[in-house]
Amino acid sequence: MKYNIIDGVKYTRKHEWARQEGSIAVVGLSDYAQDKLGEIVFVELPDVGTEVEAGKGSAVIESVKAVADLYAPVSGTVTEINEELLDQPEVINSDPYGDGWVYKVEIKDEGQMSDLMDKPAYEKFVVEEDEK
Amino acid sequence: MRKSKALIFEMGRTGRQGYSLPSNDVPDKPLGELLPDKMQRSCDLGLPELSEVEIIRHFTELSTRNFGVDTGFYPLGSCTMKYNPKVNEEAAALPGFAFMHPCQPQQASQGALELLYNFEQGLKELTAMDRFTLQPAAGAHGELTGLMVIQAYHRHRGDHKRNKVLIPLSAHGTNPATVSMAGYEVVQVPCDDRGLVDLNALKEALDDTTAALMLTNPSTLGLFEEEIIPMARAVHEAGGLLYYDGANMNAIMGYTRPGDMGFDVVHLNIHKTLSTPHGGGGPGGGPVGVKERLIPFLPVPLVDKKNEEFYFDYDVPDSIGKVHAFYGNFGVAVKAYTYMRMMGAEGLKQASTDAVINANYLMSLLKKTFYLPYDRICKHEFVLSARPEKKKGAGAGDIAKALLDRGFHPPTVYFPLIVEEALMIEPTDTEAKETLDAFAAVMEMIAKDIDEDAEKVAHGPYNTVVGRLDEVRAARSPILRWEKES
Amino acid sequence: MGGKHYLPLTDEDRQEMLAKIGVKSADDLFSDIPAEVRLQRELDLPPAISESEVLKHLNSLAAKNKHFHNCVSFMGAGVYDHFIPSIVSHITGRSEFYTCYTPYQPEISQGILQAIFEYQTMICQLTGMDVANASMYDGGTAVAEGAVMGCGATRRSKALVSKSVSPFYREVLRNYFSSRGLDLEEIPVKDGYTDKSELEKMLGDDVASVILQQPNFFGLVEDMDNVADMIHSHKAVFVVSVDPLSLALLKSPADYGADIVVGEGQSLGVPASFGGPLLGIMASRSKFVRQLPGRIAGETVDSEGNRGFVLTLQTREQHIRREKAASNICSNEALVALGASVYMAAMGPSGLREVAGQCLQKAGYAREKIAALDGFEDVFPGPVFKEFAIKVPGDPAELNKKLLEKDILGGVDLTPFYPEMKNTMLFAVTEKRTREEIDSLVRELEGWK
Repeated sequence: MKYNIIDGVKYTRKHEWARQEGSIAVVGLSDYAQDKLGEIVFVELPDVGTEVEAGKGSAVIESVKAVADLYAPVSGTVTEINEELLDQPEVINSDPYGDGWVYKVEIKDEGQMSDLMDKPAYEKFVVEEDEK
Repeated sequence: MRKSKALIFEMGRTGRQGYSLPSNDVPDKPLGELLPDKMQRSCDLGLPELSEVEIIRHFTELSTRNFGVDTGFYPLGSCTMKYNPKVNEEAAALPGFAFMHPCQPQQASQGALELLYNFEQGLKELTAMDRFTLQPAAGAHGELTGLMVIQAYHRHRGDHKRNKVLIPLSAHGTNPATVSMAGYEVVQVPCDDRGLVDLNALKEALDDTTAALMLTNPSTLGLFEEEIIPMARAVHEAGGLLYYDGANMNAIMGYTRPGDMGFDVVHLNIHKTLSTPHGGGGPGGGPVGVKERLIPFLPVPLVDKKNEEFYFDYDVPDSIGKVHAFYGNFGVAVKAYTYMRMMGAEGLKQASTDAVINANYLMSLLKKTFYLPYDRICKHEFVLSARPEKKKGAGAGDIAKALLDRGFHPPTVYFPLIVEEALMIEPTDTEAKETLDAFAAVMEMIAKDIDEDAEKVAHGPYNTVVGRLDEVRAARSPILRWEKES
Repeated sequence: MGGKHYLPLTDEDRQEMLAKIGVKSADDLFSDIPAEVRLQRELDLPPAISESEVLKHLNSLAAKNKHFHNCVSFMGAGVYDHFIPSIVSHITGRSEFYTCYTPYQPEISQGILQAIFEYQTMICQLTGMDVANASMYDGGTAVAEGAVMGCGATRRSKALVSKSVSPFYREVLRNYFSSRGLDLEEIPVKDGYTDKSELEKMLGDDVASVILQQPNFFGLVEDMDNVADMIHSHKAVFVVSVDPLSLALLKSPADYGADIVVGEGQSLGVPASFGGPLLGIMASRSKFVRQLPGRIAGETVDSEGNRGFVLTLQTREQHIRREKAASNICSNEALVALGASVYMAAMGPSGLREVAGQCLQKAGYAREKIAALDGFEDVFPGPVFKEFAIKVPGDPAELNKKLLEKDILGGVDLTPFYPEMKNTMLFAVTEKRTREEIDSLVRELEGWK
């Protein structure tokens, strides 16, 4: 596998990931997504307190010549944003599952977490995507 | 040969001057008497101080670091970089045009009004439209004006449900951006495997919320939408209107006309089709023509004639108003009108014929070496895909840089979006066969270079005044103005 | 056939090329156009004429127009007869500049990119703003887009525009707003100035942008004290439309708290051209850069570390963001902006101050002389830059007709835009006007009734 797909997080079909920490989900972009976008130059973050809705745009990630919406993996209220990204958006490229996290959200519906893909399912999904 | 050029702010010396002005011959009053102190500027102007010769050399050197149509072949797809006749420039610079005030009395502007009137007659005939406004200053501005007119038409009929505009996937980015600006919602219409608008998908997308279909024909793939008649019928039956994006009108002059195809509104890019220069990004001109039923909504003023006298007609009660402070880019209209008069009907048709011959010829040369996803007769342009080359290690963008090294302006790259690694090539009507042969030969050499050393091609260009520029750095930490070192 | 000298293909070329393509005739290349929509006749256009004939024709049309070279102009209202140094057209006439497209390939477009970067810097210097774009179409569209920017930045949908902003610009603004479904309200004018107490009342937490003009349409220098505070206390955006030339003397918009500066740049060495091409100016504080429409050039380095320039922050633009773009603008007025840069470089700080100073002095002189005439009235007291409104004893159209007989382009009639201001005209006096020319205008006015 060309891409780093890790355990311990759940994935969406739009290539976001979410990691549950108690009632909070940490949200970011998968390694596959950051690779496709290329060098990330700008991130538009939601305000803390914003209500995000699963499947709807919640942040904007920009490379030099592409713009991608980050669709919320789960619904809820944003509790924290990764302000580091405002100065160093390239961290998403270098450490997508670690320092490159985008925001944290208070999970509204636990069921939404279990609807997301785990590592094996996402690996399969990525292979299919890449063949298109 | 690689070197940076000093910025104008890094040149000159305090006390030098590049101007010559007469001295003030009215009684000089103290500044404070005419302008209270608190209204006066308190900071430096921060402009450079240079003599005339230094300024001339600075900008002349800059011009040598630039590539235009006059420098060489410029097959930038969808931009119609054809030759800009010099007589156009001379005409527009005549003091009787260039130094007119927009508010001067109409009896003192008869020549300008006559020109605008005659130009409009020509545009009407070229497109089969019933009336034109020359106010839009560019193609995208024309799109916005056209949609505003369409919106006014629907609103006037009390038809307030129509909030969507249909756009094919192959459209220019200006189309969806314009739709949003006009307060409409974009509905994407897919293309079929021929690269043409999928008629069935279009029919499915149409309903009583459709305000219009925006279409470029020939499309950005350089293909003529053969099913334009049933498409137009379907849109009209749903109560929508048809908008013609005239970006590619250069391909069909004298062969077919948007009005005859069923379009209700059209804009022309006169800086493409009618040979006026692009100026490094503008000024352009985007006249908008409409069918009879939409005339009442056009911007004011229109130009009209009564008893051999030309005048501005502001009496258009349902007009959308203005889209430009005055009458649009009049100076550009002078150039386009000059071109039309020199070409005549036969010349314009020949220009389209040659544009299409050139494109098909170049396509037939290049498809031997490069992948042509839509292999059928094209109009003024065609789109190759550098996907195979990309897999070898150098994609469309790298091929573009390799062309820079060999003295050609590259094609449009990465557009249209429906072709991966797109190279969109538009040779135009003003290129000789030898130029196309030479370009094809160079493209073949580049393909060979990629086979041999893709890595090298991926790091070009090598012969330009600067090497490949770091766009990531420019976007991550933007430096958008010069600042004095403190 | 016309235009043969622009079309290099010979009949022989065409035959060879068609053979290579694999078709019999050129017509085969158009066989995909359905017969029903094929034009079955030649276009009905005037016959092609030669270059010498076309010049004769264009010269004869131009000769029917009055213009700044055969008349003395006192017309303004956004377009002025300022002096343009010869070097401006020599530089904009270099065809490496005027025949290139938007610089998508930076390595062979360093000339125009650096010129745009220098232009952006000069506009920032004059306005005190942090960023400027490569230009908008004209002052009217710049005002409209500036107001829209405010809506984007605040996520609100209402703007307030002073009635002392050019009526030409307000027309464009109204149109842009109504099409988008945004609200627009006009702030009344009192004695020629924006009524600040009305502005205060109209402001609320639903207001996105407030648009004023400096100097305003009547030529008056608005008192900008407290305006920014008022606007910012509602978290609205302060948009000001300026005449960039006036900034050589007038307080910088940054100093009175403007957030977005727009305006018409024609006074910076741009030919009037019957109202176009003009130059839309657009600059802002850096926090609005993501909402800024249009092209922006930025500095970077090449693979060897040399300084170079590229178009940057392109994700704001239509070709990438499509329906979510800040604006649909693509072509702008780049060549005109280049001309403005050459003008500003030629003038430098002292020249620009000299031009602005002479406008101020000469307008002041003319205003005093005209106001002293019997039947003529200086409508709005207060400081002006280069324009002033005068009530005249009769129909302005008639007056202008009479002045035209003396080869004078008179003032702009305000009545169509402000019906309450009957028989009022706007006179502009630039540095080009001599005392003798002003005196002769005064003599003509004196003799008119």
